[in-house]
Amino acid sequence: MSDVTARETARTVYTIRWSPGSDRLHGVCHCGAEHEAEDPVLMWRWLLAHPDHEACDEASRPW
Amino acid sequence: MTPFPRNQWYVAAYRDEVGDDLLGRTVCGEPLMLYRLQDGSVAALADRCVHRRYPLSMGHRDGDRIVCGYHGFTYEPSGACAYVPAQTRIPRTARVPAYPVVERDSLVWVWIGDPQVADTATVPRAPWLDSPGWTVVRGMEPLAARYGLLVDNLLDLSHETYLHGGYIGTPEVAETPITTEVDEDARIVHVRRRMKDVACPPFYARSTGIEGRIDRWQDIEYHPPCLYLLHSRIAPTGVEPGPDGDDSAACHAEIVYAITPETETTTMDFWMVARDFATGDEEVSRFLAESNRTVVLQDVVALNALEKVIATEPAGYQELSINIDTGGLAARRLLRKLVEQ
Repeated sequence: MSDVTARETARTVYTIRWSPGSDRLHGVCHCGAEHEAEDPVLMWRWLLAHPDHEACDEASRPW
Repeated sequence: MTPFPRNQWYVAAYRDEVGDDLLGRTVCGEPLMLYRLQDGSVAALADRCVHRRYPLSMGHRDGDRIVCGYHGFTYEPSGACAYVPAQTRIPRTARVPAYPVVERDSLVWVWIGDPQVADTATVPRAPWLDSPGWTVVRGMEPLAARYGLLVDNLLDLSHETYLHGGYIGTPEVAETPITTEVDEDARIVHVRRRMKDVACPPFYARSTGIEGRIDRWQDIEYHPPCLYLLHSRIAPTGVEPGPDGDDSAACHAEIVYAITPETETTTMDFWMVARDFATGDEEVSRFLAESNRTVVLQDVVALNALEKVIATEPAGYQELSINIDTGGLAARRLLRKLVEQ
């Protein structure tokens, strides 16, 4: 089992850390993919696009 | 579609509120009547007589039966009608809905939705409210605002700095970055704010007796739709939990909210403060109860004003969200998912 597959079978947890001293948000998907952004709306959009993070659709708003 | 998540547990009352008298409450737009049966358990029935809609909470008891105060229709705790006036035949449809009820952690939870799928194992827990070693103060304030506004409010505590200065707010709350975690499987939103070497707000300085700078943790755990837990840790700065997890040198307050929608634009704001310090000190209890109620009322004024703003704004108004809203946005999404289920 690859690392990614192992993570996929673990809990579905999304994490966003706001880096101290900056405006940057660091997001970690449950699949292990990571992303940087300065806007929580864009960050959630990227995370919730799993597994298609690369093709994250800017037009689809999750709320 | 209703604006409320259905097939969910909601807090309808505190345990001590439900006794021999008939208590009327509205949860998610559904009028309920609660009372305590002779065996000590709680019954919840629709608060509307099947005959002419008279609220059953305005009737009276006959043992465990409820007698409508208008024409005398009499109901069992199951909702079945046992008597109708002046005739022997009881119509087949003479029944009012009964709601599943669970008493847990000093709270009375009711199931809003299909009773067939009610699972008592899914009631979220707040054990500090009913545990040895903890002292609790509590209250309930009615809100003239939709429940989502209270969720927004509680998921972003940076507002403490501006709305609750002099009580729980200090400049560092708004200035400290947060970590947000969403567990999709458990359906929980976590928001952590860990402050080091910061000013102690009056709320904690006076209640804990800690003098000088503190380390302050605010760890939010929101179980949508109804239960919000704020695990608050206060310690003299530099005092850390031991390697074995022992944290007895710190003070802990478990701030609990039950966010119960009443109607689309009104909410019951149940608030509780459980503490593991000064547990026998009545003066501390009085101070915390008074201070927290003041804080909650500050929120009530703000959220009631927001509800009025929303009622008069043009359709399609676009809010602006920034980093402090990361957890609130997650909570909104989970709530929307629950509504759409």
